Amino acid sequence: MINLKTAFASLAVAGTLAAVSTPTLARDTINIVGSSTVYPFATVVAEHFGRNTDFPTPKLESTGSGGGLKLFCAGIGTQHPDITNASRRMKASEFELCQSNGVEDIVEVKIGSDGIVLASSQEAENLDVSLQQLFLALAKDVPNPDGSEELVANPYQNWNDIDASLPNKPIRVMGPPPTSGTRDAFNELALEGGCKTFDWIKAIKAEDKNAYKAICHSVREDGAFVEAGENDNLIVQKLTADASAYGIFGYSFLEENSGTLQAATVAGFEPTMDNISVGDYPLARSLWFYVKKAHVGVVPGIAEYVAEFASEGAWGDNGYLADVGLIPLDRADRMTAAESAVSLETMTGDEL
Amino acid sequence: MTNSTSQAEIVRQSLKRRYRKERRFRAYGIAAIAVALTALVVLFADIIGKGYTGFLKTTLTLEVTFDPELMYLEDPTDPAQLRNGDYLAPLIAALKKELPEVSGRRAERALKGLISSYAASDVKDLVAADPAIMGTTQRLTFLASDDVDVFAKHRDDASYSIKLTEQQQAWALTLLERGIIENSFNDVFFSNGDSRDPGHAGVLGAIVGSLLTMAVTLLLSFPIGVSAAIYLEEFAPQNRLTDFIEVNINNLAAVPSIIFGLLGLAVFINLFGMPRSVPVVGGLVLMLMTLPTIIISSRAAIKSVPPSIREAAQGIGASKMQVVLHHVLPLAMPGMLTGSIIGMAQALGETAPLLLIGMVAFIVDVPDGFFSSATVLPVQIFLWAGSPEQGFIERASAAIMVLLAFLISMNALAIWLRKRLERRW
Repeated sequence: MINLKTAFASLAVAGTLAAVSTPTLARDTINIVGSSTVYPFATVVAEHFGRNTDFPTPKLESTGSGGGLKLFCAGIGTQHPDITNASRRMKASEFELCQSNGVEDIVEVKIGSDGIVLASSQEAENLDVSLQQLFLALAKDVPNPDGSEELVANPYQNWNDIDASLPNKPIRVMGPPPTSGTRDAFNELALEGGCKTFDWIKAIKAEDKNAYKAICHSVREDGAFVEAGENDNLIVQKLTADASAYGIFGYSFLEENSGTLQAATVAGFEPTMDNISVGDYPLARSLWFYVKKAHVGVVPGIAEYVAEFASEGAWGDNGYLADVGLIPLDRADRMTAAESAVSLETMTGDEL
Repeated sequence: MTNSTSQAEIVRQSLKRRYRKERRFRAYGIAAIAVALTALVVLFADIIGKGYTGFLKTTLTLEVTFDPELMYLEDPTDPAQLRNGDYLAPLIAALKKELPEVSGRRAERALKGLISSYAASDVKDLVAADPAIMGTTQRLTFLASDDVDVFAKHRDDASYSIKLTEQQQAWALTLLERGIIENSFNDVFFSNGDSRDPGHAGVLGAIVGSLLTMAVTLLLSFPIGVSAAIYLEEFAPQNRLTDFIEVNINNLAAVPSIIFGLLGLAVFINLFGMPRSVPVVGGLVLMLMTLPTIIISSRAAIKSVPPSIREAAQGIGASKMQVVLHHVLPLAMPGMLTGSIIGMAQALGETAPLLLIGMVAFIVDVPDGFFSSATVLPVQIFLWAGSPEQGFIERASAAIMVLLAFLISMNALAIWLRKRLERRW
């Protein structure tokens, strides 16, 4: 029994020692976290950066925009990430969190935009919808079709119930689940965009913001909208197999499958690179990344990585990011953004 | 007498019905097995049917002339010139030699779409490694672009969309006929880490990461699990405390694996300050997950050693510890090993706990130690399955086959060990 006791005692000691002696290891690899929408673009930059410089290839984790900013703002030191990607701008509350944790100097870089498309198999009839029609097709409660100012459970079963110009086909749309950033953006841009075209709903916003959000962001649950999982490839595969359905996903997946899919025209604009870039296509959002300036010089290569991202060869009109589906900023914006990125200009917090 | 005859009569009459019942029961069993087998066959057919092309790569073999003038590279030893050289130009020139009808800038740009986007940096590496190569002509093999890869393998398959223009398709067809573009065994898949270009993506980084993680898990969980099982079975007094421990171990075996990931994040990373995404932390988390499985199977193995063996050993004067080390442990070993290997196989296929400790990440460099960033095979499959490039569909399936091969060989090892070491009484 004594043997066993000593064994346990030494095990406990070894455990404590291991805990105490694990140093905060110096890092030579850039750690990047953040949005799954920016991930396909940032990984390409990281790989080019790794190939063309002597620095190791940065490590990228896809944590979602909110998760990434939380990790990013947790503090200074090599156990925290150096850069976070986001498919929306940093919120003022997140900037505050960063400040209170000592992450004071943050460089903000806007890299371009991403469109959300409503697509179908090429055998299907193509849609040409307005935002209001999209809202009426997909919201849980919609204004009473008789024109009175009250909400009723969504009665529309076929697209042409909403408007005679739409196809005579049951409404069936596959999209990402609420945990996805794409879904957030779709709710905000498409559903809310259509929702506020009704003046009396818009008036609710001033009185009760939560009630307004509940009306405008609730997706119908009677089977017309199918939550098809985070994996956009799955939606693409289901669309090619089923010509009666439409799917919601990122523009890069449309471009990769342009031979088999077609995209709906929304509010009069087709989702083309040009339309998204100038902001005509309504379902588009900007993409960003944030750099922790205190880590520049501590973890090697951060400044060089930012310079690679902000180079014409990467995010320019003919850069390699455009090949994977990023919609570049227009040239003047790009030049200003590149200049402030390369000189590592920090945020003041007022711009948010 | 009459009574027993009538009883025999009753039995005889019901016999037919009972036989029918038994046949039906057997048929249900066979149907159940048939359903399971069909599911398995469909799964394998789907994965192999989709994935076997992932083991093929598409290459271009060209006569490349390293022309200093074309490449703006008079002095390849000068780092500044080396950095600014045009390494794509000699490749375009070599392609134009094969396709003499191509002319004009637009067409030349379209030619670029046939070669992998990293071919130019391959040329640069060649020049940097051997400056004397300038001015010579070499027969070199490059990976074709992702679009050509899809075209060469799947041009008759409607579920793939061909992104090459008609002009590019015509060129690709000509080059395919002449054997300049060809498919061969995809060695890149087994010698590279992850990449965003499907042609350059490989599973080596993930395999090494999985091996490192599993090594940590095995080295920690086997000794700890076996010691715990021996103590609980052979030495621990039978009281409420040990009952409580036993109930807890059994409960732990049923805890969803992501909980262990949360624990790992809170303890190993936040409290002990260990780095994210490293095999050590991954191994520790998976160790916590496999420990209950190993303890339970080891205890079952110890229990199955007949008490007569212990009594005989004690009868000839062996101490308790000698009984355990000389007799119980060797006899229980096959059961313990089987349990551990099954536990390890389970850990090998796990992704959920690794998500929280940062091992679900894009990592290009093959890990070189327990403290370098790494990912594991199931995570690699997950990442590829979510990538937009079409080339990753078949590579994800190919990686699934690699993972299945690992799992099947681990299970085969468990069966072999059991057969080999098992002793019957």
